[in-house]
Amino acid sequence: MAFLTESERSLNHLDGSPLSYSFKDDSFKDDSFNRSSGFLSVEGRSRANLQAILNVASSHAQRLSNEDTKSTALAGKTVTSLFFEDSTRTRLSFENAARKLSSDVMTFTAGTSSVKKGESIKDTVQTIDAMGVDAFVVRHSSPGMPHTISHWTDASVINAGDGAHEHPTQALIDSFALLERLGRNDLVGQNIAIVGDVLHSRVARSNVWAFTALGASVTLVGPKTLLPSNIDDWPVTVSNDFDTVLKKSGVVYMLRIQKERAATGLMSSVGEYVSRFGLTDARYRSLEPNTLIMHPGPMNRGIEISPLAADSDQSLVTRQVAAGIPVRMAVLEMCINNTINNSTINGNQT
Amino acid sequence: MSDNKTIAICGGEVVIDNQLQAADVVIRDGVVAEVGQNVNCDGATVIDATGAWVMPGFVDIHTHLREPGRTEAETVETGSRAAALGGYTAVVAMPNTEPAIDNLGIIEQIRSAAKAALCEVAVSACITRGRGGKELVNFASLSAAGVHIYTDDGNGVQDTALMLHALQYASDLDVVLAQHCEDESLSAGGFMHEGAVSSRLGIGGIPPEAEELMVMRDIALSRKAQVAMHFLHLSTKRSVELVRDAKAAGMNVTAEATPHHFTLTDEALNSFDPNFRVNPPLRSAPDRAAVIEGLKDGTIDAIATDHAPHAPELKELPLTEAPCGMLGLETAASLANSELQLGAVELSRLLSINPARIARLHETHGQIAVGRPANITVFDPNAEWTVDPMQLASKARNTPFAGRDMTGRTRHTIFNGEVVVADSKAQR
Repeated sequence: MAFLTESERSLNHLDGSPLSYSFKDDSFKDDSFNRSSGFLSVEGRSRANLQAILNVASSHAQRLSNEDTKSTALAGKTVTSLFFEDSTRTRLSFENAARKLSSDVMTFTAGTSSVKKGESIKDTVQTIDAMGVDAFVVRHSSPGMPHTISHWTDASVINAGDGAHEHPTQALIDSFALLERLGRNDLVGQNIAIVGDVLHSRVARSNVWAFTALGASVTLVGPKTLLPSNIDDWPVTVSNDFDTVLKKSGVVYMLRIQKERAATGLMSSVGEYVSRFGLTDARYRSLEPNTLIMHPGPMNRGIEISPLAADSDQSLVTRQVAAGIPVRMAVLEMCINNTINNSTINGNQT
Repeated sequence: MSDNKTIAICGGEVVIDNQLQAADVVIRDGVVAEVGQNVNCDGATVIDATGAWVMPGFVDIHTHLREPGRTEAETVETGSRAAALGGYTAVVAMPNTEPAIDNLGIIEQIRSAAKAALCEVAVSACITRGRGGKELVNFASLSAAGVHIYTDDGNGVQDTALMLHALQYASDLDVVLAQHCEDESLSAGGFMHEGAVSSRLGIGGIPPEAEELMVMRDIALSRKAQVAMHFLHLSTKRSVELVRDAKAAGMNVTAEATPHHFTLTDEALNSFDPNFRVNPPLRSAPDRAAVIEGLKDGTIDAIATDHAPHAPELKELPLTEAPCGMLGLETAASLANSELQLGAVELSRLLSINPARIARLHETHGQIAVGRPANITVFDPNAEWTVDPMQLASKARNTPFAGRDMTGRTRHTIFNGEVVVADSKAQR
């Protein structure tokens, strides 16, 4: 990060980078894909771009299973996880992936940090940046914070979950696990139901963009209170009738439900939620034998998903977890090599 | 201020009696002495108005000056300088300071600070003590001290019965209650307009109904109390329709809209930039169009800035933690000029005549006429400039218009006969 002089700052936005939008054409479009090397969202990515990343992930998966010598792809590089919201699973998955590429790893979590002493996020980022960082892996509860941080550093910024906005590596992981099981490289012709609290789910948003970009037909299922409004322009259909959708779905993707949603009337009770939108034993038994079951974890067993369904042969849950390492290896490597946003399946640059 | 000096504003077109006519204006001892084509300019300091409109000084009925309590973001002095540069000769200071303006002591403090101001600073007061929404302020004593506008702005008065009682209690005083319309049970958890953009970005939404329900409620309360009511910063299509219908039914209601609501939409939040976080939020394109229509057809009486300075570090917080609000004084008239395309007479109505009347400042502002105090703005509708946050006179930098090319700019501002802005530069 080149620190700017006061006069340079005056021409910049948020003091850190050039204006990200132009008033001349009233274009406020998210500039995620113009930022050289970040992985901030799935929205807007092409099928060929996702396939290129998944191909790299595949080669990492192969190497890991063959117990080849450790990759040195990121030797001498530094990956810093910057977690302002606690998520040990996600953080360990990223850090493990970085180490498997021989990268150095630094960890910053808000609980132990100077954020509690009042240091701003911008100062935190620029302080760590000055130590020499090639990629930041950012988790924050406020939508867009990884995007904002990318204005404050020249390092790659990888979104590890920002509020209810996106969790882009989770969507790649889910796509990887699903394509692996299907033995295919796209989802054309697949009917996928995403079930539950879509409104508050970053996983659901990223998966809508990933699954549809890969060719699937996606149906969002839940009570109206837990589905986002004004989504006519999303490439999905919407239903409040789980049983009808279930009959037509080749994949059923269950979202974690938070019991607190009952407190504000977004659902009446957990019991009624389960009866209407849970993948219960009865619903599981009604599935076609080749219908696949997914869940991003951590699961509320016995609530949105029954133990029988979660542990069945139709469940991809453990494969989803396993896919985390190779997929995050691919994302880290391609970000730091600055190929993540311009690679396609036909013109793969890696 | 204007010690025996004579000033002549020459070469412009003057807004006189709802018409724009080529004329010169001569000011003697702070008062308009002559308006016409063959005026006596002997010994006068001549101010060039060639190619510009000579308009009654603008009046902003919605300005947050942050004094006392948040003087790192703005003071009466810096805010008044920003106002003068924007063409304002009077502003109404909003009462959500720290502490809130709910008693005569704080009002005296602000009036004292306003002695050094570059424009008139009228003070408004809260409806409820400390903006707590529980107990009414002493309307009669505040009114006797010259406070005309009352509002808990920043929040709406949530308790319906309390709001009714406020309207009824103050109904025999010459005051106006102004509402920030927001049903907080509906807006809770929201950070931007609830719509296609918020759904896509996963940002909690503030539905239009949060505003509309309180507009609807307060129209009913105003009707019951049979007293005038002012609606702050209307932002939705249905709100504009509700006020239009109330006026058509003969009710004594007035309304304002901000430059950001008639210029920007929720699409701006695609940048995740907290400078676009404001309350009420930037709405959809149809809402914006309805606000413009309301300004043009008279449903909305006034343009008001809701100038809301915040220190830079607060606007670098995450979107969901950053405070609401944006600067407005130095950009409002330019945006009104370029976005509304109304011409000098109609702009004077929205920026000066109507707001002066609403704030009871119409004896001294809102009209260029012989014998009246010289509160005059010379506005060049064709001047081009680019907004540079670092060049603003406001202490804060949180303009949502950074880098925007503007058409139209205040060239000179004359406050009580003193040239406080000349050639778009503050004179003190």
